[in-house]
Amino acid sequence: MSFINYSTREINCKIVYYGPGLCGKTTNLQYIYKKTAPEQKGKLISLATETERTLFFDFLPLALGDIRGFRVRFHLYTVPGQVFYAASRKLILKGVDGVVFVADSQIERMDANIESLEDLKINLAEYGYDLERIPFTIQYNKRDLPNIVPVEEMQRVLNPNNVPYYEAIATEGVGVFETLKDIGKQILKELKKNY
Amino acid sequence: MAEFVLYEDAFKRIDEELRRLYQLSNAKLVFLVDRNGQLIASVGETRNIDTTALASLTAGNIAATGGIAKLLGQKEFSILFHEGERDNIHISLVANKVILVVVFDQRSSLGLVRLRVKKSSQVLEQVFSELETRRPEKKVEEISPFADITDEDIEKLFG
Ligand SMILES: Nc1nc2c(ncn2[C@@H]2O[C@H](COP(=O)(O)OP(=O)(O)OP(=O)(O)O)[C@@H](O)[C@H]2O)c(=O)[nH]1
Ligand SMILES: [Mg+2]
Repeated sequence: MSFINYSTREINCKIVYYGPGLCGKTTNLQYIYKKTAPEQKGKLISLATETERTLFFDFLPLALGDIRGFRVRFHLYTVPGQVFYAASRKLILKGVDGVVFVADSQIERMDANIESLEDLKINLAEYGYDLERIPFTIQYNKRDLPNIVPVEEMQRVLNPNNVPYYEAIATEGVGVFETLKDIGKQILKELKKNY
Repeated sequence: MAEFVLYEDAFKRIDEELRRLYQLSNAKLVFLVDRNGQLIASVGETRNIDTTALASLTAGNIAATGGIAKLLGQKEFSILFHEGERDNIHISLVANKVILVVVFDQRSSLGLVRLRVKKSSQVLEQVFSELETRRPEKKVEEISPFADITDEDIEKLFG
């Protein structure tokens, strides 16, 4: 649910990075944080375990610029990917404007990708959202590793509706901003449509 | 997906009420956040505080305890209170929609904060319920920033 404030002339939108454990969601936010100018970003908040697994969420507020005198802010969240954090994952999806699904390209993580995508659909449905009708982008991450599934195969299994997708190496920043731009644009176009 | 739109006049009323609460409760900081963690307004000593992060964490806090309440099969906790060494924090749900937060120290007291929060909540509830009923019809004099943005504008934002 985007929040439009006429008094402060701000538009706030919420983007959630979803995906299985260790697929690279937090790494995406860390790279974005590292590469944006100080005046465009707030603090990166990470609620993580001692082993740096996301425990509740990561949060990064970004203000990329203005549209027609309104400051556009994106609030980026990641969910904890580990299966047993199901309850927290659902909480973070509340009020989401757009979802990035980060898939782990490694062969042995394909089942985890499928399971996480199903989990996403179910959680969205509980808030009355339909993944086919909200801004949605897929990122195939870890393309630098040797044991990966070909993109065509990932497309077939994870992206039957052919939403925009990007290949990425989040640790090196490859595909990270492309993914963010895509979801940001989709959200603003959706807002425009509904207005 | 539904948008949450806050018009100028409603914002002024909210801001006024937060100011009143801030003064009457002797607080250090008063702020209002929507349930998704977006800051609506704040009053007080905010200069050295990252209010955006504070807003997001507060909403996370309410969401987490709300989840706990559900597991226990009871209604959401409508008030949370954390006592600190120096500062205390009082968090409450207003109209089931927004979160009101008061940070205070020994210059105030829990009793006073509770009382003033109760009074202000009534006012805020009124403002939000009016916003709700008004939402469907758009006001003419407040032109939506989206009314005539182009795809080009959107592209430009991402330069
Ligand atoms: N080789 C390689 N490693 C990556 C890539 N992206 C992330 N990683 C590594 O994968 C590990 C997990 O990354 P995180 O970003 O913490 O994963 P996450 O999705 O946030 O995991 P959870 O918080 O448990 O859900 C880290 O060691 C990263 O450095 C990538 O593109 N290539
Ligand atoms: Mg993480």
